[in-house]
Parts: sequence; structure tokens; C-alpha cells
Amino acid sequence: MDLTLRVWRQAGPKAAGDFKTYHVEDVSRDASFLEMLDQVNEALNAQGEEPIAFDHDCREGICGMCGVMINGTPHGPQRGTATCQLHMRKFSDGDMITVEPWRAAAFPVLRDLVVDRSPFDRIIESGGYITAPTGSAPDANLIPVPKDAVDSAFDAAACIGCGACVAACPNSAANLFTAAKIAHLNLLPQGQAERWNRTVAMVETMEEWFGSCTNHGECETACPQEISIDFIAWMNADYVRAQFKNPSKTGRDNL
Amino acid sequence: MTTAEARVDPTHRRGWWEWLGNFFTSDIGMKWLMALTGIGLLVYVLAHMLGNLKVFISAEEIDLYGEALRELGGHLFPRTSILWILRIGLIATFAVHIWAAAVLTKRNVDARGKVRYHAKRHWAAANYASRTMLWTGIIVALFVLYHLADLTWGFANPDFERGEVYANLVASFQRLPVAILYIVAQLALAFHIYHGAWSMFQSLGIAGSRYNDWRRAFAIAFAALIFVGNCSIVFGVMFRVIA
Ligand code: FES
Repeated sequence: MDLTLRVWRQAGPKAAGDFKTYHVEDVSRDASFLEMLDQVNEALNAQGEEPIAFDHDCREGICGMCGVMINGTPHGPQRGTATCQLHMRKFSDGDMITVEPWRAAAFPVLRDLVVDRSPFDRIIESGGYITAPTGSAPDANLIPVPKDAVDSAFDAAACIGCGACVAACPNSAANLFTAAKIAHLNLLPQGQAERWNRTVAMVETMEEWFGSCTNHGECETACPQEISIDFIAWMNADYVRAQFKNPSKTGRDNL
Repeated sequence: MTTAEARVDPTHRRGWWEWLGNFFTSDIGMKWLMALTGIGLLVYVLAHMLGNLKVFISAEEIDLYGEALRELGGHLFPRTSILWILRIGLIATFAVHIWAAAVLTKRNVDARGKVRYHAKRHWAAANYASRTMLWTGIIVALFVLYHLADLTWGFANPDFERGEVYANLVASFQRLPVAILYIVAQLALAFHIYHGAWSMFQSLGIAGSRYNDWRRAFAIAFAALIFVGNCSIVFGVMFRVIA
């Protein structure tokens, strides 16, 4: 099929960007969206023009590197699918497709469709891990975990950190990302030791960069892993509980 | 970065004053404030509507109701003193709700950055009510001021007579532009409640399969009840059921 692309081109972080129009011919219906961009880039290379820069790595929907705004929808029209897993059969011949980078003050454009998502790393660094010294690791099946908790923690852990939630949010809030990262540790026994410190630290780091949640629910529909906004509510509850716990502590960490 | 690290310094014992400051200036804390004050305002709106439905009983009944509010506390407290305490609480609730909304809106606008999407956003979950909270909120706030000028202070109502609740209300709603204004404001309020009464559960952390089904139903029912209840009074006057 033949398509018309309007792609955001920006030479560097400081440069002014603008849309450029490209005509692509003979796109296979079985190509992924990124393969279609590859095709455009090959043509651009052949003409001696700069190829379109976009982030990608695994191309199988698990690394979270890819992600662009396609016709006003993060990751394009198919629900629960990252850009790399989106197939061109979701479009029809002659379509005009607008491709833009994620937009948020915390995600500055580095080049074309590539944005700097390092504020997500700052959030993870502030508490998205378990460091409590526990001696040698017990057999995994010796720690009883309720099935419901495992399932919920697993749903949250599915987050690939692509940033679609921020891109989808009218407030550029990262609550879904942060809530998922908090929940997948806070729901499990291994995560309890640092639960309250983690929650406060990660929420407060998040708030330094991102907006606040007004409960539109856009993030949930944009998420390639379809992570539920219930996690945001649980984060809100845990944040308050963490604030109650912390002042009552007597200078001892992790209790 | 430094702030987040300092706040979770495990050797630093936080006093309650620090806790209050930290919590209620965080985005999540402010959303708690909005939800809690929102509940207060919902309770008020419901009580206000139920009280005013007395117009359908008789003129005397609603006038006595107004008088009873001023007489709250009986002979134990000075006349209107309890009413004033309630009023001050209500004003404070409004103030906190609006202040938190203003601060959060500013933070969100900053977080969005300057460049927006060119393609029209395809909204998949956000609804008309959730995206217009700011505007419906402003309409309701301005309406409240007009409503006070119309039926409490009386300067917006040429036939105003202090204490004559029933007569004032009839005089007001018989003017078509005023009736339309009231109905438009009720529509804005209904939209505001439709999102707010659902959203507050999220902010307060009440979510999960046990709650999600009735949260939306509650918000729809509450918004519809307030809209129908309040508008019935306006229509009652327009169609001379109340006269
Ligand atoms: S490239 Fe890894 S998720 Fe799309």
C-alpha cells in the first residue's frame, strides 16, 4: 500500500523542528510500523538525506525503547501494542499518518522522534529496587505469596517503561509508570522492608519532573501492557500510609 | 534530587509539622485535599437540594426551613451563630478546593511543556466531563456568587425581600434569563460531579475489582440526582407548579 507520512524532524535538542511529508510506496501489510520507517530511511539514505531518528531495540514489545505518537494516539491505533508490534495492516492504502515524538517537559526531544526519558531512570534510582540485606537467598518457593498478590504484582511488573503513559496524559503525569514500579515491589513480601521509604522517595522524585494525575484514564488505554489505573489509586493510598509511618519512626530505617 | 533524598533520610525523624507540610504540598496530597473537600461539597450540595425541595410542600414550609437554619442551636447559642460556623466551614472548604485546583493546574501546565501534539489527540478514555473540570468548576464558582447575590444578599434580584425565601425564589425564576442561567449552571455542576465523584475514589486510593463497578454508578447517580432535583425547582416555577 501507499502512504503519506507527516514526520516531525528536528536536528538536535536545541534546533527548531518541523513536519516533513514523505510518500512511501509499496508498504507491505505485514510490515511493522518500525519496518515501514526503515523503508523510508533506506530511501532517504539512497537520496543522501538524513534518515529519521527513532528509538527501538528489541522490536518484540518487551524493551520499551520504541514509542511514537501516531495520529494522536501513543503507539498507534491498536490497543495494548507497542509501536514495534503494530502492523501496517491496521492502516489502509492512501492513509495520511502523522508521526510525532512523545511530548512532555520532562521528555525533551533529542532528535526527530527520539526523546530523553531519563527522568524515568531518576524515579527508579530513588527506590525501584530491593537492597535490604537478607543473607543468602532462600528457595523461591519457600516464601509464601498469596496468588492474588502475585498476579497483581506481575501485572504491574509488565511495565516496559516506554513512556506512553506520560505521552498520553494531558498533564504529562507519570503516575501510571511510577505506580506500576512501586506496586510490583510493594505487593510482594520481598518488597516490604523498604516499602514506605520507597513509596515516598519514588513519588517525590516523580513529582519533581512530571504533572499530577487528574484521573482521565488515558494512560491505561495507551499502555502497551494495559496496566490498570487501579495501581495509581493504590499508590495514592500507600503514599499516605508511608507518610504516616515515617514520622512515627524512631530513626531506624526499614522497619 | 536532593529534596527526595533528604526527605527519606532514615536517620531523620520527621515531626508531624514536617509531615503535614510534605504531604499536603505534594501532588498526591493535594489530590487528597481536593477529594476530601470534594466530599464535603457533595454533602453540602445534597443537603442544599433536599432542603430546597420543601418549596414543593408549601411556601410556609420553605420559609420556616430558612428560619430554622438561622435558629440552629435553639436557645443555647446566639441566633445565626451555628449557621455562621457552618458557613465559614463551607467557605473554607471551597477555598481549599479551589486553591488546590489552581496549584495543581499550574504544575500540570508547566509539566506539559511548550510544544503540543499537532495531530488531533484521539481521546480513548478521557471524557468531556474530565477534560472540562477547570471550566465547569469556574462556571459553578461564578454561579455560586451570582446565586448568593440573587437569593441571599438580594442585590441581583429587584423584588428581593429579606427572609421571604419562597417569594424571592419565585420572583427570580419567573425571569426567563435567570431560569436559563440556573439550568446552565446545574448542567455544569452535573458534569463536574460526574467526573469528580468518580475521580475522588482514585485520589483516595479506593480502587480494585471490589469497588470499580459501583464507583462510576455512584457518580452518575449523584450527578443526575442533583441535576434533576435542583432543576425541578426552576421548572416548577416556570410552569407555575410553584407560584
Ligand atoms: S522496540 Fe522494544 S518494545 Fe518496541
